[in-house]
Amino acid sequence: MDFPMFHLDWLNNRMLIAIIAILHVIINHGLAVGFMPFVTWLEQRGVSRSGKDQITDMEWDAMVYKIMKVAFIITTTIGAMTGVGIWFSVALVSPASIGSLIRVFYWAWFTEWLVFVTEVVLIMIYFLTWKNSNTTLKAKLRHIKFGWYLSLFSWITMAIIVSILGFMMDPGNWETHKTLLNGFTNPIYLPQLFFRTPTAMLVAGIFGMFFITLFTKPGTSIRINAVKYASQWLLLWAPLSLIAAYMYYRAMPAAMVENMSTAVGSLSFSQYYNLLLYVAFAGAGLTLIIGVLGIYKTKWLRPGVVIIPVITAMAYLGFFERVREFIRKPYIISQYMYSNLLLKEDYAVYKQDGILKHATYTTVNKVTDENKIEAGKNVFIIACSRCHTAQGVNSIVSVFDRMYGAGGKPLDIASMAAYMPNMHNGRTFMPEFPGNEKEAEALASYIRYLQMTGDVLEGAQEEGVTINPNNSATTLINKNK
Amino acid sequence: MFTKLFIALQNATPVPKDIPLPLPLPEWLLVSILVISFLVHILFVNLMVGGSLLTLWSQIKGLKNKEYDVLAHEIAATITVNKSIAVVMGIAPLLSINVLYTIYFYSANALTGLMWIAVIPLVTVAFLLTYLHKYTWKLLENNKAVHISILAVAVVIFLFIPFIFLTNINLMLFPEKWALVKGFFSAMTLPNVFPRYFHFIFASLSITGLFLHWYMGRKNYPFETIFPSFTRYELKKKGYSLALVASVIQFLIGPLVLLTLPSKGLGWNLILIIFTGAAIALPAMWMMWKGIQGDESTIDKDFKKVLVLMTITVLFMGSGRQVYRSNALEKHRELVKLKTAEFQQIKKEAITKSKQAEAEANTAELSAADKGKAVFNQYCTACHKVDAKLVGPPVLEMAKIYKDNIADLQKWIKKPGKKRPDYPQMPGFESQLNQEQLDQLGEYILTIK
Repeated sequence: MDFPMFHLDWLNNRMLIAIIAILHVIINHGLAVGFMPFVTWLEQRGVSRSGKDQITDMEWDAMVYKIMKVAFIITTTIGAMTGVGIWFSVALVSPASIGSLIRVFYWAWFTEWLVFVTEVVLIMIYFLTWKNSNTTLKAKLRHIKFGWYLSLFSWITMAIIVSILGFMMDPGNWETHKTLLNGFTNPIYLPQLFFRTPTAMLVAGIFGMFFITLFTKPGTSIRINAVKYASQWLLLWAPLSLIAAYMYYRAMPAAMVENMSTAVGSLSFSQYYNLLLYVAFAGAGLTLIIGVLGIYKTKWLRPGVVIIPVITAMAYLGFFERVREFIRKPYIISQYMYSNLLLKEDYAVYKQDGILKHATYTTVNKVTDENKIEAGKNVFIIACSRCHTAQGVNSIVSVFDRMYGAGGKPLDIASMAAYMPNMHNGRTFMPEFPGNEKEAEALASYIRYLQMTGDVLEGAQEEGVTINPNNSATTLINKNK
Repeated sequence: MFTKLFIALQNATPVPKDIPLPLPLPEWLLVSILVISFLVHILFVNLMVGGSLLTLWSQIKGLKNKEYDVLAHEIAATITVNKSIAVVMGIAPLLSINVLYTIYFYSANALTGLMWIAVIPLVTVAFLLTYLHKYTWKLLENNKAVHISILAVAVVIFLFIPFIFLTNINLMLFPEKWALVKGFFSAMTLPNVFPRYFHFIFASLSITGLFLHWYMGRKNYPFETIFPSFTRYELKKKGYSLALVASVIQFLIGPLVLLTLPSKGLGWNLILIIFTGAAIALPAMWMMWKGIQGDESTIDKDFKKVLVLMTITVLFMGSGRQVYRSNALEKHRELVKLKTAEFQQIKKEAITKSKQAEAEANTAELSAADKGKAVFNQYCTACHKVDAKLVGPPVLEMAKIYKDNIADLQKWIKKPGKKRPDYPQMPGFESQLNQEQLDQLGEYILTIK
């Protein structure tokens, strides 16, 4: 609408964000928030394991250092850059929503940044001074203390960001008071934070166990002891994660009923929602089993075995993020902005005048009999392209084909045009169609054209933009003479 | 044809509406945060880029003279630390430019989209390579070609990334160019990107030279146990020389940057700031020169003064950058404000109108079946037609199945089951329709003809 539209026609725009964001969450939860206390705890074990005349068990300490090195390298490269990548990708795909969120949450993000700077400084102190601190017991104990500080700050960064995530799902009373505090007091905040905390510990524990089996020789006492410690860690956190998952599961609809009653009733949501418990059981349950095995059948655990719960734990996290994304549909900021980046209250204008008239970038600003397909293409870019592609993932053609059970037969333009203005009532995860009747018909013609030609849609990053003469500087100046 | 082109040019400046939410802070405060946090960010980026260039050079020289290989190893250890600080320090200016220049920054991002997002994988790879380089020093001791190549690839990436940022930060200043740009490379060739690029590279070298001077002179740095034959003095002198030469070159590139700036953001305020900044660097350069000319006892003499003066220069240059941006966008931002207000007015009117229409529709006298038809049109027409299959079966068929059985029909609408294997599952409407609406809808369906 007001921004040039970046578009990936094969991958799908949301998928770009999803890939970067889920990778970031896995690294953040699994190798930072949960991992730092895990490593610090193991380092402390090393000191208690050693004899009175030693500072620490050096062989043990070397192993713990090694797994910390992996976490250090990954978090300060892929972890840090995917964090930035979320900003970059969201700015490309969803500029209006991130632009609005920053205006409300500037202070939250600024505070987050200060905490984050502290976290980065602490992780560098913790990792880079590790070897030097092994010279005296006092230095070692101070080093361990830094590990706990680091753990605390990693957790605080998560606690702040969850407020923004919770806010997007349910703005509480933000509609009337657009302030920062409302993000933290919204009803999803605590359940989500309570879920993420033990789950981060759980994922970190299973990652840690994987590294332990990778860096130690089978059958050695160090391997057996380390795997047992990791198992204890898992046995502590897995049940908590499960309980928290259940509470989060229960908290969601309560919040939804108040704020977006429609989403709960929607078919696709209930499918996801019901799957949620199974995935939680599979993800947390499997780590629980590994934890029990680690205590009683320690020798069974090899890298090849531990990799299985590593994968399910990642899937567990990824799935939760997917559900979180889904339940805020049809909004991107609940009750305020739809997933197509248009404001709910601006709809009155678009339905009255048509959306093309007000678009800043469009090749056509009024539908005529001659320009239907071109007009439809512009409507598609503005109203659909954030979630749908022409031919790729979640393609608009395949969505209609599936719904009508057409099996590749030509789609009926009249039916699609009649469907558009009402679709949000039946498909409650869809935003309302933002244009007038003619635009709905143009869009239907374009979809049919896409089906027949297999044409793809290029984004502004390749095609550039065309300015709507209605919204050029010249027109504005002439109007305000 | 010509008139068309003329109209196209006339209309070449887009005026989008802004996000209708207030800024979280007064603008001057946001601008200060932007300028200062950006300078901190770019300082560490300079050290990261300059440091990796220096490491590469030193390591190649180290093939013949072992001493340089040690130097390369020492500088390499700083790259990975500086890079982490560079990234984390980048967040505050990113946040601030996003909130201050939402329309401009995001538009430039989208227009250069593929390259913009490529920053993420490219920088990630470069970072991983710097770690790989750092931690394989011993392992690849006898395979220097491979070891140096690892760093060389990282350096190539580091040298390319500034183009992406500069192209964006340049493109955002010129809304009148947005419709002419097709992808990253066409935006990169807009005037001013290349001069600014070289300005950045030599700033990196200059700052890295000063960094080397400080790093090698630190009291708790066990210099003598690390370097067999280099002395602290020699390396400090090398650092100073690098900083001085790079600064002199800046005096050649600087005017080029100024000359290639499109005139729309130029103004006496900008000229004054830039020239003052440059003038302050002159005594610093003189002190560096004296330091190089002197001996071991005098090389540290003016180092602190040099740092202070150079910091002031950098602050001036950073402010100049912001002044140009604010000059260049001033008029356009006023137009955007006007446009945003205009749209708010249109919106107000449209909302009033649609509320009136709604109220009129509600007061009209209608039979239950007619009201039911309205409910049907709103909730059902997406999938059901009166006399033909669309997504679900036709209404006439429903009327036949549920003849005289409105209760079961309503039950089905609220919580549909699945009877027909070749039809998709119907969604339930329990949460959307109240009993009154269900009664009206049932009446309509069962009385349809």
